[in-house]
Amino acid sequence: MGAARVGVVTFPGTLDDQDAARAVRHAGAEAVPLWHADRDLKGVDAVFLPGGFSYGDYLRCGAISRFAPLMEELIPAARAGLPVLGTCNGFQILCEAHLLPGALTRNEGLHYVCRDQRILVENAATAWTGEYASGQEILLPIKHGEGRYVADAATIAALEAGGQVVFRYLGGNPNGSINDIAGICNEAGNVVGLMPHPEHAVEELTGAPSVDGRGFFTSILKRFANL
Amino acid sequence: MTDSVRRATETPDEPQPYAELGMKTDEYERVRTILGRRPTSSELAIYSVMWSEHCSYKSSKVHLRQFGSKAPESEALLVGMGENAGVVDIGDGWAATFKIESHNHPSYVEPHQGAATGVGGIVRDIMSMGARPVAVMDALRFGPLDAPDTRRVLPGVVEGVGSYGNCLGLPNIGGETSFDPCYIGNPLVNALCVGLLRKDQIKLATAPGPGNKVVLFGASTGPDGIGGASVLASATFEDESHAKRPAVQVGDPFMEKLLIECCLELFEADVVVGIQDLGAAGVSCATTELAAKGTGGMRVDLGLVPLRDPSLRPEEILMSESQERMMAVVTPEDIDAFMAICARWDVPATVIGEVTDTGRLVMTWKGEVIVDIPPGTAADDGPVYERPFHEPAGQAALNADDAGRLARPDDLRATLLTLLGSPNLASKEWVTSQYDRYVRGNTVLATPADAGVLRIGEVMPGAEETDRGIALATDGNGRYARLDPYAGAQLALAEAYRNVAVTGARPLAVTNCLNFGSPEDPEVMWQFAEAVRGLADACKTLGVPVTGGNVSFYNQTGSTPIHPTPVVGVLGVLDDVRKRVRHGFTAPELKVVLLGDTRAEFGGSEWAHVVHGHLGGLPPAVDLDAERALAAVLVEAAGRGLVEGSHDVSDGGLAIALTEACLARGVGATVHLPGDDAFVDLFSESTGRVLLAVRPESYDALADLCARREVPYYCIGATGGSALTVEGVLEVPVDELRAVHAGTIPAIFAS
Repeated sequence: MGAARVGVVTFPGTLDDQDAARAVRHAGAEAVPLWHADRDLKGVDAVFLPGGFSYGDYLRCGAISRFAPLMEELIPAARAGLPVLGTCNGFQILCEAHLLPGALTRNEGLHYVCRDQRILVENAATAWTGEYASGQEILLPIKHGEGRYVADAATIAALEAGGQVVFRYLGGNPNGSINDIAGICNEAGNVVGLMPHPEHAVEELTGAPSVDGRGFFTSILKRFANL
Repeated sequence: MTDSVRRATETPDEPQPYAELGMKTDEYERVRTILGRRPTSSELAIYSVMWSEHCSYKSSKVHLRQFGSKAPESEALLVGMGENAGVVDIGDGWAATFKIESHNHPSYVEPHQGAATGVGGIVRDIMSMGARPVAVMDALRFGPLDAPDTRRVLPGVVEGVGSYGNCLGLPNIGGETSFDPCYIGNPLVNALCVGLLRKDQIKLATAPGPGNKVVLFGASTGPDGIGGASVLASATFEDESHAKRPAVQVGDPFMEKLLIECCLELFEADVVVGIQDLGAAGVSCATTELAAKGTGGMRVDLGLVPLRDPSLRPEEILMSESQERMMAVVTPEDIDAFMAICARWDVPATVIGEVTDTGRLVMTWKGEVIVDIPPGTAADDGPVYERPFHEPAGQAALNADDAGRLARPDDLRATLLTLLGSPNLASKEWVTSQYDRYVRGNTVLATPADAGVLRIGEVMPGAEETDRGIALATDGNGRYARLDPYAGAQLALAEAYRNVAVTGARPLAVTNCLNFGSPEDPEVMWQFAEAVRGLADACKTLGVPVTGGNVSFYNQTGSTPIHPTPVVGVLGVLDDVRKRVRHGFTAPELKVVLLGDTRAEFGGSEWAHVVHGHLGGLPPAVDLDAERALAAVLVEAAGRGLVEGSHDVSDGGLAIALTEACLARGVGATVHLPGDDAFVDLFSESTGRVLLAVRPESYDALADLCARREVPYYCIGATGGSALTVEGVLEVPVDELRAVHAGTIPAIFAS
């Protein structure tokens, strides 16, 4: 088979789509642009919902995007097992679309925070983390104003018990997330959402002072190579 | 009742409120002479905003001409002053466009929206050149850090710059934040944007071709900032300033993001003949400037302008500064394609008129002609003033008050820590962490590096492959300029030029934002004239032309002007961005090399300011030939891979430069001082100096290069360890330096 095809979704106000597509290409996969208004996943093998301020974050982050025509295709496909990664605004959209539980609210400090953040990988069995080791520490940038993960106690307990907390902040919680949660997955492990930005940590020259984000993209490639 | 041209002719003696609109009697009389009748109220609105200081540069024009007349020969300059922004050839078929602009007065009145719309405005200037905006920077000045009003203004400004730029997806790659009591009633918010485009893709603000359509696209028009440019930017802040609150515009960065992507698709489809952003003076400015630079005529039906508030009068529509609007000239054949692209991006677009060859700008409202003027008379032929100027009364006494007489410290360790924790030298991370520096994935260097550096490949579809990068820095020191505005402007340029060169980039071109008090004050006007003369002379010597910029007058509280504050931005190019030099000490076991000589220069220094509250004497001496030689060494050394890390030596002197170099990656250093006076070596602010970290095996080649260019160099020690040690003088653990450096700003603002 040819290179894996990873769809990169652009909503009005999506910002990190170029970066996401570049990270996909650097890993050796094909980046396929997907447009919010098209009811068409173009037969991709996986989907990346990048960060940004879709619809200006008006109403609530991700609240309008979840109703995009593309999402009508994406939601059932994700429930059927299509690997989906949402970072930052993409994570918020996945929560709004109920593909992941909980919600992202205003940072505890009330300010937008851009910094290089140490992250603990706790679940290396998801579609997007296979190339990491459980317990591995990585450095990824965060940049958000509304990244405080919250959910009711029962949901948090279920996530913790089920190994669905995929990433945790280390060295200081930047936003007040419950249990320092930086990212989670669904029960099946094919849908992963996180606030940090792996696509900004794939090149020596640019972005964060690390290339620790490469594993997300090599993980998904390897998954298809092994199928 | 609509004040039509016919009515104006019939009521020639009707009194008009020109004075309230900021016009002088002779200016009003001139409008009457041009038109051969009294202006209609709509025409009066147009002339009053177009002839305001903000739009016409009527007080500064006679001085600014030096930027043209003294401009150095430059093969890189593609578009010079007078357009929305200058454009520079950066090689491989690529061009860069950049400009810095002030939004000082609105940011005092309403910090968040004032700063946000300042970013929005400069971004649209860059878009209107046909470029993709790729990064922003901000130069901010506030009153004392601990002043109550700074607590009101600073967080709002930072949030405004951040929220707008972050939501647009433009990395903020640098800038400056500093504090001085002179800015307490008049903060400075200067925003810079840089864009990239293919050389063959430059767009200009022009409306040629009779029959071509005039399209207004983007946000609808509301009662935002009506008279903002003329009333706000030309009036000083007195007690009534809060009554002007509604005059500040409100920004919608989401609409601006759509406009960016929409414009880029319009340019790519080649369906735009001319384009202009709507900034100060809104529709008045866009129509008169487009028409004046095109075939010369335009017909507009103001009733077609989409309104957010249907009760707006034509005069208000003409003056509204509603944000996120653009105006394009499009051929009739391309209009459908143009509209389809706008629709794809959910950007409303409306044809409101067409280009004519009548030489007149004619506007109608409900069937009546309300404007009929030669557009050039509003856009280009505004009044020009030769304002009187003279040296300020206390200038000689100020310069005689030499900082060399101040008591020097015994404890240099304590002095270092005092300076390091002082507001101007403390870490600005509390500010910059609120800005996205990574978005779009091309950021190579950003704050706190001396200059921001961007990779330019992969930015625009269809452009040639390139390894090139651009570097940008802004600098400006109001205290230096207060002591000597001629030298102060040159020092600002020299530092920005040096900051670009320390990354390995070749400085190419200059933009400037000239922040001054009232031009009607002859002492302020002297400061302005001296600063412009100094900057123009220095640009000539350094071989870097001014491509554009902005003048902001009336920065004062009561009759007290701010320090003259020319902020200078320099753009440079790296032929191979992978060879950029990183910031600070990057690793242990590197040699630490100081380039440039140190003299006892404390006039206007951070030490005199922080320790003695003193401002007097003269600023550090300017040596532009030395700066040029230094930059040549830095660029060649970077190109040959001789340098691992670098840092400019400036505010706070070598002591602060060493500290910041250590803090960049937490790598310590042990150095000895080259001179015989440790205080002078550590805290003097002599210019033309840079710290380098080089691998031992590269040192001889670097030394040869310095010798060849006659740049003084001193190997002063080596990196390594967990402390900054100045042998025989002081030793401070890096962790302690970090704590002092990082603590100051959050202690005030982190609640």
